[in-house]
Amino acid sequence: MLTKRIIPCLDIKNGRTVKGVNFEGLRDAGDPVELAKRYSEEGADELVFLDITATLEKRKTLVELVKRIAREINIPFTVGGGIKTVDEIEELLKAGADKVSLNSSIVKDPALISRASDAFGAQAIVAAVDAKRNEGSWNVYIKGGTEDTGLDALEWMQETEKRGAGEILLTSMDRDGTKAGFDIELLSKVNQLVTIPVIASGGAGTVKHCIDAVKEANADAVLAASIFHFREIEISDLKEEMLQAGIEVRPV
Amino acid sequence: MIAIIKYKAGNTASVANALERLGTDYYLAETPDELNKADGIIFPGVGHAGAAMQSLKDQKIDTWLKNTEKPVLGICVGMQLLYETSSEGNTVGLGIIDGGLEKFDESQAKVPHMGWNRINLQVESHPILRNIIPKHYLYFVHSYYAPVSEDTLAACNYINDFTAIVAKDNFIGVQFHPEKSGNVGSLILQNFLDMVYSPEKVKA
Repeated sequence: MLTKRIIPCLDIKNGRTVKGVNFEGLRDAGDPVELAKRYSEEGADELVFLDITATLEKRKTLVELVKRIAREINIPFTVGGGIKTVDEIEELLKAGADKVSLNSSIVKDPALISRASDAFGAQAIVAAVDAKRNEGSWNVYIKGGTEDTGLDALEWMQETEKRGAGEILLTSMDRDGTKAGFDIELLSKVNQLVTIPVIASGGAGTVKHCIDAVKEANADAVLAASIFHFREIEISDLKEEMLQAGIEVRPV
Repeated sequence: MIAIIKYKAGNTASVANALERLGTDYYLAETPDELNKADGIIFPGVGHAGAAMQSLKDQKIDTWLKNTEKPVLGICVGMQLLYETSSEGNTVGLGIIDGGLEKFDESQAKVPHMGWNRINLQVESHPILRNIIPKHYLYFVHSYYAPVSEDTLAACNYINDFTAIVAKDNFIGVQFHPEKSGNVGSLILQNFLDMVYSPEKVKA
């Protein structure tokens, strides 16, 4: 049976791993390549690297960092942050990334999804969606969570699937950094509407939160940052408890 | 030396990195002449089967592959093209292995099949399966699958049973990505290298 994936996320700024609360107030959490190696050895199923300041500072994602990561680890990884063109995607995939995550750029230019998907396959294209509650529904935010697009998040995620995204990385901005648990309602709704895998992101604070995301909201993967960076939860313990809760995971 | 086939649909970086981690020499080959110098060939592939096949034809590698007697390891779309057909774009493949690729039924579960899954061995032993046990998980990303057939060495289940590892003569195909499957994936790549360089070691 296909296992549920545990995905540590490394937010990158100026080549270092950082983690903020609600997208602000960054704390340093170490060298990304060292952390990536550690997670790979500890049983992470996949890794995500997000160059969180790339869009704001108009900075290109760090191709050299991707090359270093690809040399060191033997599990799949996704890179995101400020990627705008098919050429940039190609550069990152050639550097060794397995997938790219696209966020602000596909809101401005939705056809970029299909162009990229046609060129590299749907499996390489992750639609990253930052969603925030807005009176009973969710709006899509871009530019690192600073700009409300007014788009309905559920409708937007369906559109990304239609246009050829192979996976959705869904971050609840209301929960991100709070450790209050994933937005189960949002996750459940999108999982009824799309047929591509959905990665739950934003709010992981306990093992139970991760179990709930899978059991109650049918998430295909659980992404978290600070609980892993600061060793509040060990990946091996998380997987053991998920197994005991009846969830299929790859044993460490 | 190992040649990694370089063509439009091949992501060679990951395979090259994996071979470097195993300490094996390799080079990228784009033409039949370059392939002639290889001891063994790794044939990666991502994306659309039709586009991949066209790219192989453009480089005249298709005919070379059909006729080679060197050990070949096809990975993902590289494995899929070893078959006769793929329903992805009604592609005609290399026809080295009997059968055709079908698309997973999207009404049953999410497609692509993406993530770590277990394999079930269909044969008692084969050099590529050395030290591989059914408990092992491997990393898959694909929307099309090869049904289980007499050439299947290991099957996997997602929506239905399908071929995870296939072998015919000097051709091995793996649907998963050994270069991204952690230590178990490295083991499979090492088994292939042993088949190329020290067949006596892996005969048992």
